[in-house]
Amino acid sequence: MAFDSFSAFVVMEGHGPYVWACYGVFFLLMIGLMAISLRRRRAVIESCRRGFEHQADGHSQQASQQPVAAFTRIKVSQD
Amino acid sequence: MWQFFHKLGSPKWFFGIATRLMPWLLVGGVALLLTGIVWGLAFAPKDYLQGNSYRIIFIHVPTAFLAQSVYVMMAVAAVVTLVWRMKLADVFVKAVAPVGLVLCFLSLFTGAVWGKPTWGTWWVWDARLTSMLILLFLYGGVIALDRAINDEKSAARAVAVLVLVGVVNIPIIQYSVEWWNTLHQPSTFKLTEKPAMPAEMWVPLLLSVLGLYLLFGWLACLRMQTEILLREQRTRWVKEFVMAGRG
Repeated sequence: MAFDSFSAFVVMEGHGPYVWACYGVFFLLMIGLMAISLRRRRAVIESCRRGFEHQADGHSQQASQQPVAAFTRIKVSQD
Repeated sequence: MWQFFHKLGSPKWFFGIATRLMPWLLVGGVALLLTGIVWGLAFAPKDYLQGNSYRIIFIHVPTAFLAQSVYVMMAVAAVVTLVWRMKLADVFVKAVAPVGLVLCFLSLFTGAVWGKPTWGTWWVWDARLTSMLILLFLYGGVIALDRAINDEKSAARAVAVLVLVGVVNIPIIQYSVEWWNTLHQPSTFKLTEKPAMPAEMWVPLLLSVLGLYLLFGWLACLRMQTEILLREQRTRWVKEFVMAGRG
């Protein structure tokens, strides 16, 4: 241990605020980035799943409800 | 060899590998990083010149190191995108750019806070600091350009070109402390020489650099998986994966 006491460790001979501000922001941003990345992956999986389930529902109903007209969306490339 | 190359380009294959790698990367990264940081904060000896403010080095150097090396990795991926049109390389660039942005910001922030007690100022417009700020803008530019173009293929190509143009900044950052007079101290680690600091200082620093590398690997895998799922959502393997995770 490079410090005599815990309070000396916190104060760091006057440099405490600088050191702790750096470590605070570091952990805040890193943990935030990790949490956002995890949550986004979960959200994408969830939305894929809902899409597939919706698709499956559509197939089972198709036999009873034939659409009167069909519309096709044409994708136009921008380049 | 070519078969391996083809497999590497297959998003499905990468997805599986990443899933298996990620727990190791996360546990190893967090363990190494925390060991390095606790060691550096509480047990490493005080610097005779800078006092305790030097303890910021244990996050400043890893973030600055990673910010640059992530950019170099992105540049390699950009070459692969342009030459071989490999989709996975573009997925990498897109997934990793925000991580690079955060790391670059952290290195600038910790550097500024370290500068106040050491140099007496938060910021100077010298070569090392300015070139690092340009790196931050490059990351921002890559993210913005990617979002501005709707078509996936043209976005991939435009982003790859921007990343390659920006790579000229990396040697400027690297050698800025030698080419110009600057307040910034020279590199802590050099490949050819032994570090000038005692082992009680550089071992924890090395640990935190390695730890942050592993943690970056975990983040890259996770974010690439997200991007792959988005792009491949019409395929059968994604359907199987997504529906299997339900039960």
